[in-house]
Amino acid sequence: MASTIRVRAIASGDTTQVQSLISHPMDSGFVKDSKGQLIPPHHIEVVEFEHAGKVVFTALWGPAVSKDPYVKFSFKGAKKGDDLKVSWVDNKGQSDSTVAKIQ
Amino acid sequence: MLRKLLIALAMVAGAAQPLLAAEGASDPKAEFKAFRSYFTNRFPKLALDDFVNGPYSMDEGLRKQWKAIDEFPPYDFAIDKGKAMFATPFKNGKTYGDCFPNKGIGVRQNYPQFDAKSGQVITLDVALNRCREANGEQPFDYTKDDMAALTAYMAFTSRGKPMDITIPDDPRALAAYTKGKEYFYTRRGQLNFSCASCHVQNPGNHIRTEVLAPALGIMNAMPIYRSAWGGMGTTSRRLRTCNSQVRGVPLPGESEEYRDVEYYLSYMANGLPISGPGTRP
Amino acid sequence: MNELSDVPGQTRRIILKSAVGLAAFGLGVGGVLTSAYAAIDPKSWPENAFKQKSEADALKALYGKSGEASDKVNLDAPEIAENGAVVPIAVATTLPGVSGIAILVLENPFTLAAAYKIPEGTEASVASRLKMAKTSKVVAVVEAGGKLYTATKEVKVTVGGCGG
Repeated sequence: MASTIRVRAIASGDTTQVQSLISHPMDSGFVKDSKGQLIPPHHIEVVEFEHAGKVVFTALWGPAVSKDPYVKFSFKGAKKGDDLKVSWVDNKGQSDSTVAKIQ
Repeated sequence: MLRKLLIALAMVAGAAQPLLAAEGASDPKAEFKAFRSYFTNRFPKLALDDFVNGPYSMDEGLRKQWKAIDEFPPYDFAIDKGKAMFATPFKNGKTYGDCFPNKGIGVRQNYPQFDAKSGQVITLDVALNRCREANGEQPFDYTKDDMAALTAYMAFTSRGKPMDITIPDDPRALAAYTKGKEYFYTRRGQLNFSCASCHVQNPGNHIRTEVLAPALGIMNAMPIYRSAWGGMGTTSRRLRTCNSQVRGVPLPGESEEYRDVEYYLSYMANGLPISGPGTRP
Repeated sequence: MNELSDVPGQTRRIILKSAVGLAAFGLGVGGVLTSAYAAIDPKSWPENAFKQKSEADALKALYGKSGEASDKVNLDAPEIAENGAVVPIAVATTLPGVSGIAILVLENPFTLAAAYKIPEGTEASVASRLKMAKTSKVVAVVEAGGKLYTATKEVKVTVGGCGG
C-alpha cells in the first residue's frame, strides 16, 4: 500500500527545505457524523524527521491541526542524495514511515 | 419574458451589451464575445488567465492563503490515486487509456463534448463511466472520491492547456448549449437565485461569508479540494451543493441539466487554461 | 514538571534501542518501519499540554514557564481565514538559541494547536495549517535561550473549522 507521507526535501547549499503532506483524517473529536454521533478523535500526535541518525525536527500535533496535515521547515547539514526519514504515530497507535531522498 | 429579464439583468450589471443574442436563436460565437467582454470590462486589471482561479482572482487576502496551500496542495493524494487507478487494467485487461485519444493524457480540455451517437453532451466524468461499463466494470458514483481521483489526474495532465470546446454543426448540439445557457440564467430554489445572480452579477462580492467567483473560467479548476469538505469534489458534487445552497433541489450527478450547463460554461471559457485540480475555500 | 524537559532525546533513544519487542508498537495503516532507527515513543507527546484551555496553562504545561511579548517573533497568519478548517500559519524568528516553537489558538476548545522541537542546526521557522473554531487570537510562541517569547494576532474566522 502506498505511503501516507509525501515529502519534498530540497537542498540549496547547506540548507535543506522540507515540506511534508501526510494523508490523515485528523478528526478532532468535535465533529458529528450524519447520524448526529460525535466522530471520535483520530489524529497524528508525533511526527519525527531524521537525517544521518539525528532527529532534525519533531512535530507535536493536537486535534487542531488540519486534515491531511502539512508542515514546512528547514535544517542544515544535509546534502543532495542524503536520506531523510519521516515517521508519524497517532492517538490510536497507528503509524507510518517513509524514507525520502533529498533533491 | 425570460429574455427581457436577462437583458435587464445584464443592463443592471453594467454590461455594454446584452449577454445574449437576438431573440429566437442562440449565437454561441456572439454570446462568447459578449460574455468575455462583460467580465474583462468589469475587471480591467485582471489578467485574462487569472479568471480561472475563482475567488482567488477577486480577493488578495484569499489569494495569499491559496498560494500557501497550493505550495503543497491536499489534492496531491487524489492525483496519485487517480494515476494509479488509470494505470490499473480492468478485469478484461483493457485500461482507461484505451477509451480516449492519446491514451487519456492531456485531453481534459476537450470535455464536455457533444456525442452525435447519443445526441447528448458527455462530460469527462460520463466518458469515464462509459469506459468502465464498456469494459465490464461498475460505474462510479459521480459525486464521490473515485471519480474525483480520476478526473483530478486527467485534469493534471492537461494543466495549462487552453479549454477547447466545440459546438458541432448539429442542431442537437446547439440545443444542448442553449439549454445549458438557460439553466444558468434561470432562477431557482427558495432563495430564487440563478447561477448568474451570483457569478455574473456579483463576482468578487460576498455572499454571507464567501467571496463569489466569476462565471468566466469557473469550470477550469475542476475537480476541486474544498477546505469546507476536507476532501475532493467533482463538478456534480459542486453543482449539487450550489442547488442546495439556494434551497433548491439538487439533481442527480451528471443530470442532463448539469452536463448542459457545464457545456455552456466551458465553451464560454474557451482559450482559458485548465488549472485543475484546484483548491477552494 | 513540564512534559518537554522530561527525558532528553538521546537518553530516550538509547533506552528504546535496547528495548526488544518494539514491533508491538504498531505498524498501523499499511506503514513500514524501514530502518533500524527506533520507533517514536508515544510518551513524547505532551498529553497534558494539549488538554489546557488557556494560554498561561498551556505554556506552563508545555514549557514550565510563561511568555513575554517580543517583536522578534514573526507570526504570519491571514486577517480573515478563507475557511477555519485550513488556516495557513507560519512562525519565524531571528532570536538565537531557539529550541521550540508552538502555536496557540485561544478560542479553540484546547488552546495548544501544535508544538515543534527545534534542535541545533534546524532553522527557527515553521509553516503549518491549523483549524480554528472561530475568530480568535493566535499566539506564536518561541522558546529561546531558556525563555519564552510570544507574538499575537487576531484571525477572523467566518466559517468555523471544527465542523460547521
